[in-house]
Amino acid sequence: MKDANPEFEAECIRRILGGEKDLFHELIRPCERGIYFLLLSLLKNETEAEDAAQETVIKVYLNLKNFRGDSQFRTWVLSIARNEGLGRLRRQTNRREDSLEAETDDQNGDFTPAILTSWREIPTEALEKKELAAILRAGIESLPEIYRNIIFLRDIEEMDIRETAAALGISEGAVKVRLHRARAMLQRRLAPQLKGFAPKRKGWFGGRA
Amino acid sequence: MRIDCKHVWQYISAYIDGDVDAALRADIDKHLETCEICSAVLDSTRNVVILVADDRVFELPAGFSERLHSRIDRELESAESP
Repeated sequence: MKDANPEFEAECIRRILGGEKDLFHELIRPCERGIYFLLLSLLKNETEAEDAAQETVIKVYLNLKNFRGDSQFRTWVLSIARNEGLGRLRRQTNRREDSLEAETDDQNGDFTPAILTSWREIPTEALEKKELAAILRAGIESLPEIYRNIIFLRDIEEMDIRETAAALGISEGAVKVRLHRARAMLQRRLAPQLKGFAPKRKGWFGGRA
Repeated sequence: MRIDCKHVWQYISAYIDGDVDAALRADIDKHLETCEICSAVLDSTRNVVILVADDRVFELPAGFSERLHSRIDRELESAESP
């Protein structure tokens, strides 16, 4: 999670409710990425996710007086985003309603890692190559939904276990189980493809020729 | 206690998050000293976790923020205070 600041949020909310409406821009800004990527992971469509993100933000504004402060602001916002996303999925006629939460933790899957005998670290500088980012995105997008959601919130938005559990409406234990499986599946799918992105010799730039 | 590879794999995610107790961590560390497979599995998993967290992997669509904030402006103008 990036830069949660409860004091700033509480002060902001108090002043917005007191009439300084423009402060809402600053209040919501740190939550934008989280809202969008949670919705993208649910809806799997960029246009739909953006539309749902806008609806979510307007709902947050209109319901601001109902925020109790007993959870983090961001957690509350993400639960509104999740409800917006689930509501849209239910309205999609080609999707059976009972399939929404049907994927469960006891589904069979192979969570055995890819067996390697050595690993040379791929530095984040390697992400300058668009191809690497594309492989990582494809790996995450290919995960079953319940595992993809966890990776988005925990590893991409870097929320803690408790906040992830609250945003998804599941227990902290379930978050840990799914996170373990999701990471194992990602390692299994991605490690063999990523090997070639490790620096050939010392130094990533310049020293490779 | 001696633990085997499958046992280590069960805890790799928790190990990366620092969410294993001291005794288990010591057992895993001991195993890693002599098991190149588990070391490579751990290193590659941690590497994947670090890479996917980079903002360059998933970027907001171009203009997302501008469109969102102009929508907010329209709402602030039309709606009464929350």
